[in-house]
Amino acid sequence: MPPFAKIFSILAAFALSVSPLAAADPDPNDWNSVLAEAKGQEVFWHAWGGAQNINAYIAWVGQEVQSRYGVKLTQVKISETANVVARVLAEFEAGRTENGAVDLVWVNGENFATLKRQGLLLSSPWSTFLPNYALTDFENKPVLTSDFTTPVDGLESPWGTAQLTFYYDSAIVPTAPDSLAALEEWIQKNPGRFTYAAPPNFIGTTFLKQVLLGLTSDHSVFKTAPDATVFEATTAPLWAWLDRVHPHLWRSGRIFAADTTQLKTLLSDSEIDIAMTFNPGEASSAINEGLIPQTVRSFVMDYGSIGNAHFVAIPFNANAKAGAMVVANFLLSPQAQLRKSDETIWGDPTVLAYDKLSPQDQAAFDALKSGPATLSAAELGATLNEPDAMWSEALDAEWLRRYGG
Amino acid sequence: MKAKTSRLAIIPALVLALLILPIGAATLSLLGTAFDWKFGWWAHSLEPFETSLGAFQTVLNVPGFWTSVGLSFWIGLFTALISLTIVMLFIATFLSSRGFFWVWVLMKPVLAVPHAAAAFGLLFLIAPSGFLIRLVSPELSGFLRPPDWLIVNDPAGLSLALGLILKEIPFLFFVTMAALPQTDFRRPRIAANMGYGQIWSWFISVFPGVYLQIRLPVFAVIAFATSTIDVALILGPVTPPTLSVRILQWMNDPDLSMRTTAAAGAIIQVGVTLLAVLTWWAAEYVVMHLGRMMALRGWRFKRDKILRLLSVGLLGASVLIVSVGTALLALWSVAGVWRFPEALPQVWTLKSWSDQATNLWETGWRATIIGLGAATLSLALVLASLENEYRNNKRATRLAWWTIYIPLLVPQIALVGGLSVLFIRFSIDGTLWAVILVHMIFTYPYIYLTLSDPWNAFDTRYLAVARSLGKSVNRAFWSIRLPILLRPVLAAFALGFAVSIAQYLPTLLIGAGRQPTLTTEAIALASGGNRRVIGTYALVQTLLPLIVFALANLVPKLLWSNRRGLQVRSVE
Repeated sequence: MPPFAKIFSILAAFALSVSPLAAADPDPNDWNSVLAEAKGQEVFWHAWGGAQNINAYIAWVGQEVQSRYGVKLTQVKISETANVVARVLAEFEAGRTENGAVDLVWVNGENFATLKRQGLLLSSPWSTFLPNYALTDFENKPVLTSDFTTPVDGLESPWGTAQLTFYYDSAIVPTAPDSLAALEEWIQKNPGRFTYAAPPNFIGTTFLKQVLLGLTSDHSVFKTAPDATVFEATTAPLWAWLDRVHPHLWRSGRIFAADTTQLKTLLSDSEIDIAMTFNPGEASSAINEGLIPQTVRSFVMDYGSIGNAHFVAIPFNANAKAGAMVVANFLLSPQAQLRKSDETIWGDPTVLAYDKLSPQDQAAFDALKSGPATLSAAELGATLNEPDAMWSEALDAEWLRRYGG
Repeated sequence: MKAKTSRLAIIPALVLALLILPIGAATLSLLGTAFDWKFGWWAHSLEPFETSLGAFQTVLNVPGFWTSVGLSFWIGLFTALISLTIVMLFIATFLSSRGFFWVWVLMKPVLAVPHAAAAFGLLFLIAPSGFLIRLVSPELSGFLRPPDWLIVNDPAGLSLALGLILKEIPFLFFVTMAALPQTDFRRPRIAANMGYGQIWSWFISVFPGVYLQIRLPVFAVIAFATSTIDVALILGPVTPPTLSVRILQWMNDPDLSMRTTAAAGAIIQVGVTLLAVLTWWAAEYVVMHLGRMMALRGWRFKRDKILRLLSVGLLGASVLIVSVGTALLALWSVAGVWRFPEALPQVWTLKSWSDQATNLWETGWRATIIGLGAATLSLALVLASLENEYRNNKRATRLAWWTIYIPLLVPQIALVGGLSVLFIRFSIDGTLWAVILVHMIFTYPYIYLTLSDPWNAFDTRYLAVARSLGKSVNRAFWSIRLPILLRPVLAAFALGFAVSIAQYLPTLLIGAGRQPTLTTEAIALASGGNRRVIGTYALVQTLLPLIVFALANLVPKLLWSNRRGLQVRSVE
């Protein structure tokens, strides 16, 4: 290190050490004081803005928290959550411990893992102390406490759940190919009519994991990070399967879809016959909007399907922490969760436990109508646990090495 | 008088500060990230990332990395070559004809269409499920479902290059038109009388002089095409994508250690752009020597009818494609159900417009304020710079000249990424002024680029007459030079406004999400791939600059309706 650099680093360290400590974080156990502090605050919620129905739902949340708690909510529509992570990190590096640009962020998986690992979130657990957290099904849904195998530890508040679901036009595909063997056979008989999203897009990576889980009899290897030998031995059948189907995919497997939305658009344009999504209500919503035919139905793989949850988190330097907590708590209220589950609004499954709800709320959930393409809880079947996060990274890298160049 | 001059003399310093400070800051922070220097305010206070050259090794080992590099390189050169050729052939063919003025009128709106909007329009037109195939389906083609053809996102990047060429043609046309008044039109006529073909006459007698003046814009085209992100995301190859898209993916990776990879990638991107420009430079010599050789041998190239027809066809096609593409955007914005193979929507609805009305209004209004602010301030600076050059009889030095154009030549992702660290450090991000300031880094060069030639071509004897009649140098500026040059001044202003409207990365990173504009909102909404929303936003994004271009055209016409000498002639 050159001498001037040393001086700089000492100065920088000094500057950081004397910077004023952030005011004490709001304590969710003392909810009334949180409400008092939140009143009049403006919460900038960075949330993916690619879906009109979700944006409209968030706008409704904004109206509600304004009239109930006097909190002004502004959605910052983003295209990539990782940009928000980078933003918070940039503020951390610049020594901005207060007045951060991000108050609340819609997050899960690797982005949450990064935020948590780098200490970019509120330092003490808060979400489990929110008044409405008690209503959630944390006892029975491990995805609410373990986000892609990263322990949540009260640093993010659950918002909704997701499960890998396929959908297809039953007018064209008479029987859903709901096993890997059936899917492979269908793809080979119907060249150019199936594709998936290119990893590292999350739905693409999930599809790889879904196939891998179906081809592996002993799932215990997925609990820990793989070493090279285990990875090679375990994934060999996956690559063999992909090598067999790729020549028969859409565009002969030379290009892939970008994300779930493009998959939906491709199905809408009849470019493909089977698409996949993380939202079990997506196909019904799309039918409602007239994007895809009435004859579209959903299915899951007969050996279970990968499920997870999505959350909201508060960065360490958020400007309106109390306001952000109030919003997170409202998102967990039966009213907000009910509206979110409504397929004419969004159709995102709730995180609440049915038996913890009041009879009126239970009745309201019972009254929700689901569309023809939505599977019942029984039909959705078993939820497969996400493999350790290192598996995803290794799968992405190997996929890119094999098919990405 | 003396005081005025010295006050103007600080302008170059001001401009250089506006440009050099951010460029320097961006460079330092980029290098700092790539090499992981542990000092200064950009130091990582987090877990150690890779050290020194590790990031570059990672980048080089990424599968398909060289394919990405090759793609960026060839798309940059191919785009510049094709668009320049088409524009030059067309101008050589048609300069003297009356129809030329109308082509120019048609071309101007195309200039206002943002790159991303043009790219979406092209996508809706030529994709296998797009308008062209719908038109002939199922009756002629027999397609009940879209054919499984690899048209857009092709691995070689041809559709990407096409999308870029469509937008670079009007840009090069625009700058060539600005350069033309200084050329002597009698020359090609003399050459033609000596038996040279029409196109060849132009190439040997006018082109060399014109090319010298539009050379920097051509370099800017190469730089833009090698590093474009939005167009590449829409039309470009996927596995692997171009280098710029890769850098964006690394920046967007949840694994923060990829940020060093992204920084190293951005430095390589600068290198690729530089290499492409240098290759072009070398090719200039080859072309020059070949041309000279052919001219010296007296080759006439008399039979160029096919080439002339081709030039008209290609240029016409480019205008037509963008126009139809824009019409398709409009169609999608009012489409309800519109499934393949229907050529027109089955259900029409204004839902997309009514859903977005408030949002469009707010973000459109902010984009307009930022655009007007950035264009006005940049224009004032450019006028002051040019006037200073004239009064002190000093043209911009080579170094200053290049500094002005660095923002156009350096990939935006490298420049703005570094800049945002600086803004965050001093807590000036997230304000309207910060966004306007950053936009000025890009609007200033474009305005200077388009205005400097007409400005310097001005016959300064008018000013001398004014001075001899006892008018001050300021009076001469305000009542002689500015009114006469009002048309190019307003045209440059309109271009600056269009440039500002289209800015995505600077607005996103410096605005900190607090200053959403039409473009940042459009890209966030487009990430969901909803064509109706894309159509709505892309259309408004096109309309705003279009209105300003139209006003820039109209104002001088109305203002000087009683001054015949200031009316449009066939060539501006």
